[in-house]
Amino acid sequence: MRKLILITIALVIFTLPAFGQEEELPIVVTASDHNWDGGDKIDLKWELPQDIGENVATFKIYRSNTTDEINAIIKDKKSKAVKDAKEAVTKRLIENAEKEGVSKDDKGLLQRIRDERKSVADNASQDITDREGDIRAESEFKFLTVAGKNETTFTVEKLEGDIAYSFKILALDKDGNILLSGITDKSISPVAQSFDGSRFFLGIITLILCFSVVWFIQMARRGKPLKVRKIAGLEAVDEAVGRATEMGRSILFVPGIQDMNEIQTIAGLTVLSRVARTAANYDATLEVPTSRSLVMSAARETVQASYLSAGRPDAFNQDLIYYVTDEQFGYVAHLSGRMVREKPAACFYMGAFFAESLILAETGNSIGAIQVAGTAMPAQLPFFVAACDYTLIGEEFFAASAYLSGEPEQLGSLKGQDVGKVIVGVVMIIGITVATIGAITGSEAMMNMLQFIKSTVLG
Amino acid sequence: MKRTVPLLITAFGGFVLIIAYFIPATQGWGETVAIWFDVLASIAFILGGANLLKIHLKKMSDRQSGWGFSAVTVSAFLITLTVGLAKVGVHPSLNFPDYTWSGSYREMGSPFWWLYEYAFKPLTATMFAMLAFYVASAAFRAFRAKNIEAILLLGTAFIILLGRTFAGVFLTSWLPDSLSGLRIENLTVTIMQVFNTAGNRAIMIGIALGIASTSLKVLLGVDRSYLGGGED
Repeated sequence: MRKLILITIALVIFTLPAFGQEEELPIVVTASDHNWDGGDKIDLKWELPQDIGENVATFKIYRSNTTDEINAIIKDKKSKAVKDAKEAVTKRLIENAEKEGVSKDDKGLLQRIRDERKSVADNASQDITDREGDIRAESEFKFLTVAGKNETTFTVEKLEGDIAYSFKILALDKDGNILLSGITDKSISPVAQSFDGSRFFLGIITLILCFSVVWFIQMARRGKPLKVRKIAGLEAVDEAVGRATEMGRSILFVPGIQDMNEIQTIAGLTVLSRVARTAANYDATLEVPTSRSLVMSAARETVQASYLSAGRPDAFNQDLIYYVTDEQFGYVAHLSGRMVREKPAACFYMGAFFAESLILAETGNSIGAIQVAGTAMPAQLPFFVAACDYTLIGEEFFAASAYLSGEPEQLGSLKGQDVGKVIVGVVMIIGITVATIGAITGSEAMMNMLQFIKSTVLG
Repeated sequence: MKRTVPLLITAFGGFVLIIAYFIPATQGWGETVAIWFDVLASIAFILGGANLLKIHLKKMSDRQSGWGFSAVTVSAFLITLTVGLAKVGVHPSLNFPDYTWSGSYREMGSPFWWLYEYAFKPLTATMFAMLAFYVASAAFRAFRAKNIEAILLLGTAFIILLGRTFAGVFLTSWLPDSLSGLRIENLTVTIMQVFNTAGNRAIMIGIALGIASTSLKVLLGVDRSYLGGGED
């Protein structure tokens, strides 16, 4: 009998942990660093016991909250508790006062409200502080997403590189009851790789584009003739400057409202170079108000060099290229006032524009100036088209420098762009074909291919 | 030399940013280069402020036409600068009550805040509000039915404008469900999602390629016109 009791106790002692483990964490969850990423992704993989797997309808995926996130949760709870407590006590005291016929402006009542609000706020705050341990335990994990029953992997994104994360997975039946759960056995931090694989195709396309631009520049240097179609807006530059000269009025050049780190501003200054050279040749007055100090400095250099190359360095007046303000509508107010008072004969708007585009173009139109605009802001193009005489649309604006200079190597870069257009065209045709076939036949392979093009190739 | 050094700095900064985009380990380099630009731009504020004063004071002293506007500009500039820099009327921060200037210059109720709220904001709002009138006058000119293209533009604009109002829904609500695609509000959605998106994307593709090509020209020093030309 004694032996039997001892054997029973031993069996219970040795088998309990095994049963316990299966019941608590039967899903085996493994986490590994995602390959070829920027250090913000972790791959999850999970396995279920086969007999239970059939009953699973969905999986819920969680990740551990960081210390900062848990602190933020506690802070939010505290703020909410304090706010609710204050509102409740205020409401109660005012209701009581109304019942008792006490005015809301009664000083005694107001003082009591102030005192009680402070008291309940302190209590609510203290209550949350007392329960901080429980809240931390409740907030250990953060819900991420739901996965289908047939899925066994998931990539968690937008993680921070220097934080160790744990992951939890719950298996639910169709009624939402938790069947099983699993937690990763150790924490893991995402690691940045030497190359971001999600940008692989973009890198390849960039390389092809760069190579083709350089190739055509070399071809142009060797003397291969290159044909570029006429761009009316750029042909009009000389016409506009000539008109201003004939009328004895100034030329206004607006290089947009962005700084020198904006490529449109740089493209605008390349056009300014040509406008300034023509103005120097015609002895016309060119005025360049800028909304950024750095643009002012760069524009001065550009215009000065243009006057120098035109053989008229003495005609250069740096005070005509000046800074106005960084503020969008302050700049617009200055330009509009200037245009109405001085009535320039030609206005150029070349750069990045936002809401001010139409105000400027309409003011220019109202004073009868010949207007040429160029921008790569698609939302502003209709306004310029409606109010200006000539508009450089998107790529025409970037082609301006090459077109106006006429230098073979710059024209070569325009040809290089055409290779990019061919790539875009090919990808579009493939995408449309795959999407159409996939939609007609319902082929999963086609839809997967389409998804690959959309999410991986086009990123 | 005057051209070569800026070109080298441009090329270095540009290529570092490109490399940082593809190689995560070098992301910090890209951020550093971006900070360099911010530092430069901040220093340039002094240049801009000095230029503003110089230009407008000269105008005032020469009594050029419109010198009164320059007087207003200089006064506004100096008052705002003084009030903001000296933190006039700002209370010390609660964290550092012993330090007079420890409060925020944008503190509610301070003179700088007052200037921003009651002078600057209404003025900018006024300029922005004028846009409505400019839109009307531009639309009046753009939608004149001069030729086939203008008629198409006018018709499309009419449908879009009507489709965004209750009148559009009301006018064609009698159409049966089988012809629901012809209801003005649905036509509006189709025009915006199909025709407008297609046109917009075509422009965007051209812009993206133009940016890539222009950036490459600038980085390789092929296009130096923004520096004033190709001569050293």
